[in-house]
Amino acid sequence: MWLTETDLEAIWLTLRVATVTTLILFAVGTPVAWWLARTRSRWKGPIGAVVALPLVLPPSVLGFYLLVAMGPNGPVGQLTERLGIGLLPFTFWGLVVASVFYSFPFMVQPVQNAFEAIGDRPLEAAATLRASPLDRFFSVALPLSLPGLITAGILTFAHTVGEFGVVLMIGGNIPGVTRVASVQIYDYVEALEYANAHRLAAVMLVFSFLVLLILYVWNPGGKKR
Amino acid sequence: MQPIRPVLAAFCLMGVGSAAAEKAQIAVAANFTAPMKAIIASFEQDTDHTVKISYGSTGKLYAQIKNGAPFEALLAADQKRPELLEGEGVGVPSSRFTYAIGTLVLWSADTEKVEDGPALLESGDFNKLSIANPKLAPYGEAAVETLEALGQKAAIEPKLVRGENIAQTYQFVDTGNADIGFVALSQVMKDGEISKGSGWIVPSDMHAPISQDAVILNRGKDNLAVTELFAYLQGEKAEAIIHAFGYETE
Repeated sequence: MWLTETDLEAIWLTLRVATVTTLILFAVGTPVAWWLARTRSRWKGPIGAVVALPLVLPPSVLGFYLLVAMGPNGPVGQLTERLGIGLLPFTFWGLVVASVFYSFPFMVQPVQNAFEAIGDRPLEAAATLRASPLDRFFSVALPLSLPGLITAGILTFAHTVGEFGVVLMIGGNIPGVTRVASVQIYDYVEALEYANAHRLAAVMLVFSFLVLLILYVWNPGGKKR
Repeated sequence: MQPIRPVLAAFCLMGVGSAAAEKAQIAVAANFTAPMKAIIASFEQDTDHTVKISYGSTGKLYAQIKNGAPFEALLAADQKRPELLEGEGVGVPSSRFTYAIGTLVLWSADTEKVEDGPALLESGDFNKLSIANPKLAPYGEAAVETLEALGQKAAIEPKLVRGENIAQTYQFVDTGNADIGFVALSQVMKDGEISKGSGWIVPSDMHAPISQDAVILNRGKDNLAVTELFAYLQGEKAEAIIHAFGYETE
């Protein structure tokens, strides 16, 4: 095998972080997207802007805030210590929490668009048939927006795989725990081990291309032929 | 358009007025940021030259230089990269010298945490020990050598977190996410003493010296600002600044 054992460890860790993050974001992001799609509240604008923040903020800002907030003097750190979880930086779950923030808009926005595209009529029709709000959500809205959900899932997963700056700032570069593939590549480049860097970088490139290829060829959100 | 002309004229005059003044663009290892700023301020006052500095990790700066970055000199955090550049014909032969020798300190943001360094490391009474990545940073290498000298390497391994460079290593400790860490004395020293938290200065016989070398690059070969800066770095004024920031010199 031309990838080293630590490379495989880093790839496996990256896939685990991305999978767990995507699953959590399905659970957390979908209700937020639903609310944003259906609400007429004046908070829609501000909340939508907050959701989009990670798109604009440099990872260094996000990483810095997370490091301070999850530290022993930060609000999140004090909460997790009181709950007996300990401090999150330098742990697998710390990375997951950071990734959830980092990838939040990549889940919420496509799902919100899908929900908005359904429009009111199918839901009103379901309501006249006495479907409860929860029933309407699970039996009508979710199936109709399945392509959007799948797009969101793929985007979230891929974006988390590509995460680098935030992980670098809160990870502590621990093999098997926080040293993801992007950090591993960075280490190789810094250490002048360009051959190793090339191999792992090529794997990332091919992987990213394949993910996007699936998305574009299959095109679940696009026009029906 | 009218108001712009006087400004343009002023610029032209400035160019003519300081014929001897040159501009240098140099790359400096991140750990030397603070002393370098002080040295450049002093240098620019004493000469007509201006110096633009880019800070970064030595590995990144090296890769950038190899790929055509417009730097005229490199002040690295180690000896390896300047040696390589010299060997590869990118650095000017015989311009290389050791401008500073770093001092390692076991440090905590808590003012009472570090009293007896070796005893603390042996007791294991800390959540994490932050070190710079030994593969990338000379301070990390020195930290590992110190742990080995103390016979604590294996015991502490599970508690290690690694900063990408010495600045991040310090960040982990300063924010309290790691109780203690091996950082550069220059990061916690002000006016000749450790200015916050608590620290144990690692005796220099516990690790190989952290020698930081500088080298002039081919682009800067004929730039007076660069050669004069290199002479200045070896002079008394610069030496005093370097010492005040917790570095030794040869």
